[in-house]
Amino acid sequence: MTMVYDDLGDEAAAEVPMRRIRFTINGAKKVAEIEPRLLLADLIRRGVGLTGTHRGCDTTNCGACTVLVDGQAIKSCTMLAVQVDGREVTTVEGLASASELHPLQEGFKQEHGLQCGFCTPGMMMAAKALLDRNPNPTEEDVRWALSGNLCRCTGYQNIVKSVLWAAKKLEAGA
Amino acid sequence: MFPSRFRYEAPHSVDEAISLLHDGGDDVKVLAGGQSLVPMMKLRFASPEMLVDINNVPGLAYHRADPDGTLRIGALCRHADLEFSDLLKGTQPTMAAAAPLVADPLVRNRGTLVGSLCHADPQGDWASVMLALGASVIAQGPTGRRAIPVAEFVTGPFENALAHDEIAVEAVVPQAKGARSGGYLKLERRVGDFATVGTAVAIETSGGTVVRAGIALTGVGGATIGCTEAAAALTGKPLTADRIAEAADLAASAAQPKTDHRGTAEYKRQLVRVFVSRLLGGSLAADTAAASERAA
Amino acid sequence: MTTTADESRALDEIKIGGLGASRKRVEDDRFIRGKGNYVDDIVLPGMLHMEILRSPLPHARIKSIDTSKAWALPGVRLVLTGEMMATRNLAWMPTLSYDTQAVLATDKVRFQGQEVACVIADDPYIAKDACELIDVDYEPLPPIMNPWQGLAEDAPVIRDDKVNQADNVVYNWEVGDKTGTDRAFAQADVISKLELHYPRSHPSPIECCGSIADFNRATQKLTVYMTTQAPHIIRAAVAMVAELPEQMIRIVSPDIGGGFGNKVPIYPGYVCSILASILLERPVKWIEDKTGNLISTGFARDVYLKGEMALRKDGKILGIRMHTDADHGAFFSDAQPSKFKIGLMHSAFAAYDIPVAHLTARGVYTNKAPGGVAYRCSFRVTEAMFFQERMVQAAATDLGIDQAEFRRMNFVRDDDFPHRTPFGFLTDSGQYAKCLEVGLKAIDYENFRKEQAEARKRGRLLGLGISTMTEPLGAGNSREYDILGIKMFDSAELKIHMTGKAILRTGAKTQGQGHETTWAQIVAHELGIPAEDIVVEEGDTDTAPFGMGTYASRSTPVAGAAVAMVARKIRAKARKLAAHLLEVSEEDIEWELGRFYVRSSPQRGVSIQECAMAAYSNMPDGMEPGLENTAYYDPPNLTWPFAVYIVTVEVDPETGVWDVLRMVAVDDCGVRINPMIVEGQIMGGLTEAYAMASMQFITFDADGNCVGSNYMDYLLPSAWETPGYELHSEVVTPCPHHPIGAKGIGECAAVGGPAAFVNAVMDAISETGVRNIDMPVLPDRVWEALKYRRDVSGAPPIRQD
Repeated sequence: MTMVYDDLGDEAAAEVPMRRIRFTINGAKKVAEIEPRLLLADLIRRGVGLTGTHRGCDTTNCGACTVLVDGQAIKSCTMLAVQVDGREVTTVEGLASASELHPLQEGFKQEHGLQCGFCTPGMMMAAKALLDRNPNPTEEDVRWALSGNLCRCTGYQNIVKSVLWAAKKLEAGA
Repeated sequence: MFPSRFRYEAPHSVDEAISLLHDGGDDVKVLAGGQSLVPMMKLRFASPEMLVDINNVPGLAYHRADPDGTLRIGALCRHADLEFSDLLKGTQPTMAAAAPLVADPLVRNRGTLVGSLCHADPQGDWASVMLALGASVIAQGPTGRRAIPVAEFVTGPFENALAHDEIAVEAVVPQAKGARSGGYLKLERRVGDFATVGTAVAIETSGGTVVRAGIALTGVGGATIGCTEAAAALTGKPLTADRIAEAADLAASAAQPKTDHRGTAEYKRQLVRVFVSRLLGGSLAADTAAASERAA
Repeated sequence: MTTTADESRALDEIKIGGLGASRKRVEDDRFIRGKGNYVDDIVLPGMLHMEILRSPLPHARIKSIDTSKAWALPGVRLVLTGEMMATRNLAWMPTLSYDTQAVLATDKVRFQGQEVACVIADDPYIAKDACELIDVDYEPLPPIMNPWQGLAEDAPVIRDDKVNQADNVVYNWEVGDKTGTDRAFAQADVISKLELHYPRSHPSPIECCGSIADFNRATQKLTVYMTTQAPHIIRAAVAMVAELPEQMIRIVSPDIGGGFGNKVPIYPGYVCSILASILLERPVKWIEDKTGNLISTGFARDVYLKGEMALRKDGKILGIRMHTDADHGAFFSDAQPSKFKIGLMHSAFAAYDIPVAHLTARGVYTNKAPGGVAYRCSFRVTEAMFFQERMVQAAATDLGIDQAEFRRMNFVRDDDFPHRTPFGFLTDSGQYAKCLEVGLKAIDYENFRKEQAEARKRGRLLGLGISTMTEPLGAGNSREYDILGIKMFDSAELKIHMTGKAILRTGAKTQGQGHETTWAQIVAHELGIPAEDIVVEEGDTDTAPFGMGTYASRSTPVAGAAVAMVARKIRAKARKLAAHLLEVSEEDIEWELGRFYVRSSPQRGVSIQECAMAAYSNMPDGMEPGLENTAYYDPPNLTWPFAVYIVTVEVDPETGVWDVLRMVAVDDCGVRINPMIVEGQIMGGLTEAYAMASMQFITFDADGNCVGSNYMDYLLPSAWETPGYELHSEVVTPCPHHPIGAKGIGECAAVGGPAAFVNAVMDAISETGVRNIDMPVLPDRVWEALKYRRDVSGAPPIRQD
């Protein structure tokens, strides 16, 4: 792989501490040379080029950046990219298989769980983590599990229905 | 939005971490959950020169009870581990009530109780819970371990008693002397909000008498407030409605709230009174139920 | 003449995704895969990144700016200051309300968060680092944090940049009949008064604003990818501000992560990114952070009301008097029809049969971000309807008349349309009493009142709040409505390909409303082409027909109408092609969904697809080939949906915390193109209503610091706090003047909803005699009202120790 950068001089380059990490993202193995201060959300969006994970706020509130790290739903804007060294990252782009959508993706479409779509990837990843832990959630369980993900368009009611739709489909398929 | 530059190390043992802190200079911070530190760094309210990330140190993610009932919480035990803990639900009512109220579900997947105590945010929920339970923090440094009671652990807003080359490796809740009751009530305007008022109440009763009481407050002063007078008023006697009212008043007096966009000082004091009453009322009801069960 | 049932080959409209079909959304396919194309997702070769340095002070003179250290940081390409912008005449720009606004501050900063400088660098992290290295020397000035401070005798003049601005007044405006209103008040049995503040709020879509400006020196063309709800307005504005030729400007609005009016104005960040790209000849991306968005972009509301209602003792409303003071921030930059300084505030009370009214309005400059018209407000109609329903609640209470009965007795009657409101609007149609009946039945009104009385005896505080309103949508007719002189029509261009598939482009710009799905449904309705055969595009000024964008719930009423009209133009041409194919004259041709047929022998017909093919391969002599057209729609009037929102709550008297028990919404928005999408819009609006009523606002402390400039302080409810909704769609009163009878719905619930929540809490604590608690009705305010039995104001500055 050939990469070309602007030459800012050796002194400037020396001031920037870099680290090499290896990680897996949606099943693909990657190597990256990055600054420790790079946020995971930016590694995903600008480094790997997967823009389905979104940046929505600057105080770790909105959850639009939610991804799974080793199966745990976390806010990727509040994790350093270097912290996924040796770990597995799953983003919205990793939900569907080659041939099918994940039931969550289907559910969001069936139950009109999205409007502008900006919070949707984060919602689905948080919902996936919920369903992995609790395949048969109540409405209350879903609302609680998604209480770290903000939406301005839908009013949440259809998001809850979408997740319950997916839960039902997963149970049926299981 | 983006932190300023820093050096980063990710040790694989506690000793290695301590060594990095020892040699690292003045401006080194330990990174565990990062759910308080990283947001501060992104807003550039904190710009440490180096971060020592302890997430790769094995053997710190536990929480368990010793045979005598002492509860030990490792440095990498996440809030979520505590929220879903059957052990806590069965034996630690104050902690079990507080765990779901810390931040939001995603933050709870990363944030740690020990880290929260070290961060020493006056608005932190765990500090008042741990204070009410009489807990301690175990610090480990180059010369060994020491136990620091939570009351002495927080030395100021965002300041703790650790030496620059010490790491907090565990929080310890001492064994109960009686049956535990209590809880944590928090007025938050929505999930993830800091407390307008948070109240931790931890009671231990034996033979109808309160053998230990702890009451601590979040959000009504420059630091977590331990209501020692209120606790003392309850200790050594049976729990009654009158004593509850007295304790609630004493707790409200111990509070040092400020009037701000979350409400007037008077309102916050009132919430302390109401929350302490409700939590102690819950203990009384549990007590009464247990007593009638014994009588039956 | 129609065919008999067994001969009809009309397509099933629902099956082909026509009107009334809850068609699943086309746009979902990319969003659920994480393949949306939002501005920040776009990467152009050689792209640089821009970050803005903002003022920490609300009001201060700039003594000096030292950017030398920023320039020296490796990776920095350009540092712009107001002084540099001024040399190109770009330090100030015109606003959509005929005022001027600073792009980068020159002499003074006039609000906390105002743009002072910007850095363009290789990487956004470096751009941020460089901003931190810029040294600005400020000389603080006393800050004005509310209109009263601004109107005080000795108040400093904020806009000392304007010639002839001697004070902080932006405008004085009035509408209505003062003499007639005074007479009505003189004759009143009871005068009900109410004063309150509708607090400053912010639309806060999750996606912040941003742009990528790409000036190509070789082609002289400027392309700007931008988070904008109105790309054509932007193109016109950029042509004016940047003095570039209009045909060489292309504005592309890709996927937008929520607009709600926040993405209508032109922000300094856009202008700086454009200038930077021209100077550097490279694409420049600016994406703001949430703090920048909340502290500096178009806020909403912040209006004070003094309202009075003249009443006859039997409950008839005789007249209305309103005075509003609007806190406009430091620049008057609202996007609203230019004739109306306070937007459509005078649409208040349109649902009630009131003979006379008078409104005076004043705008005041303060040291805060500019704006006011935003956040699903339909041009200040949120304020109008909130004030209306709070005044109605107070009046019913003052008269001792039941809240529902008071409204019912004053409603405009079904047979009274078109109805002239006291402020001169003409409402189109409605069945107000029926909607109210549906709502009261759904909430089980009688029983609730009994339950409430019983509960009160046991110390529990239950409350019920009603809000009813009709609001003007679909701005607007060219006689009365324009923005910067441009009339507010909209457009649709439809091209039918030879195989009968189609592409439709409009001048609207969806930000989640589902236009890609719903516009196709209108075409399916008019032409019988299955909706899935129609692709819909919006947002690129090079290809989209000219439109005034999507906000104020105007798209279904205006752009949607244009879609229907262009489809009808196409059907008219297709009819001629059908006649030619069927070898009969046009008078013998009939239409049923998807098909033309011969009246005298209905089994002889041709499909619309066959007509399309004929337009390319078999047209009659003298006919222009092809099957495409454009329609520009100048609406004859506004449309007037009606809604009834009813909320029940329980208030905890010890803590002031209140919980929603039930929320019933009855919306009559005329014909619903896609019921599923309409319901989604209503639920979104209700959630914003709940947010404003319960927790969400921007305020300021005495020093002028903004409280609510990030999500720690600006509280948006999550799925946990947000109540569930019971939606009712039984009442459908079509709009008589809209081609498909639709009225629009996007903002109704945000307009009518807040009062329902507030009225419910006020009802719960009615024994205290408290008339008003300002929104958000926070627990501490409720507690204070209960304890001290007095009104609670939330106006800034906040109380502090």
